[in-house]
Amino acid sequence: MQDRIEKEILIEAPLEVVWRVVTQPAHIECWFSDSAEFDLRPGAEGTLTWGDKATTSPTTVRLKIEEVDELRYFAFRWDYLEHEQAVETNSLLVEFSLTPEGPNTRLRLVESGFAALERPDADKERYIEHHTQGWAAHIVRLTGCAVKERGRSPVR
Amino acid sequence: MSGRIVAEEELWAAVGEPTRRRLLDRLLTEGEATATRLAAGLPVTRQAVTKHLLVLDRVGLVESRRRGREVRYAVRPDRLDLATRSMRRVAADWDRRLQAIKQIAEQAHRSAITETEERR
Repeated sequence: MQDRIEKEILIEAPLEVVWRVVTQPAHIECWFSDSAEFDLRPGAEGTLTWGDKATTSPTTVRLKIEEVDELRYFAFRWDYLEHEQAVETNSLLVEFSLTPEGPNTRLRLVESGFAALERPDADKERYIEHHTQGWAAHIVRLTGCAVKERGRSPVR
Repeated sequence: MSGRIVAEEELWAAVGEPTRRRLLDRLLTEGEATATRLAAGLPVTRQAVTKHLLVLDRVGLVESRRRGREVRYAVRPDRLDLATRSMRRVAADWDRRLQAIKQIAEQAHRSAITETEERR
């Protein structure tokens, strides 16, 4: 049994493109939450929101940017309560590491902190809901997302 | 539906703690054991072991049986399997997210190349 999740994937795109997709709120809205609001700097706090705002009550989750090492490393803590500060016992740490491999990029993901998590029972339901979000809606949005990125210059 | 999810989340929290995972591993190896016996192999007190066993008992990961003055614990394999599956589902979510990142980045990169070639 494990208490951290580690994944990696090889992406046939340069570091700059992958970095933007991973770190920019407009892109995060394509692969993660329905909306994302934060400034990309360490210590900044923001929100991730799930759910169609028009029809259902949205679920908003807080996140705090832990570290930003341009083109190399991006880490945030997420899913702590409104009145709390993000610490080890109330949030999960998500880390993305990017490494160039020739013209491609290896993207590594670690989500950790499951072992230290202490949560009042009342929060558990809300918590698990957005950890097991259905993916169908995200697939639909993916095509439009690539178009968003297309307007930019892929290599600076 | 949500009742089932909450139950799985509790299981997941119960197995997230390192000492409890070691206790489960020991119980899986030994079949059945008392808190005293389990504490002997771990760097924690018998009282701490008993507390962890209560957490595991509450979510149904272990069951206890009284034999005379002893209480013996054993793993419930069906519940343990459920907890493992719950963790795998979180991992599967990340697989899908990474696939989406890959798809977005590669499409963007390919169309940028095409546009550059068209301009030549």
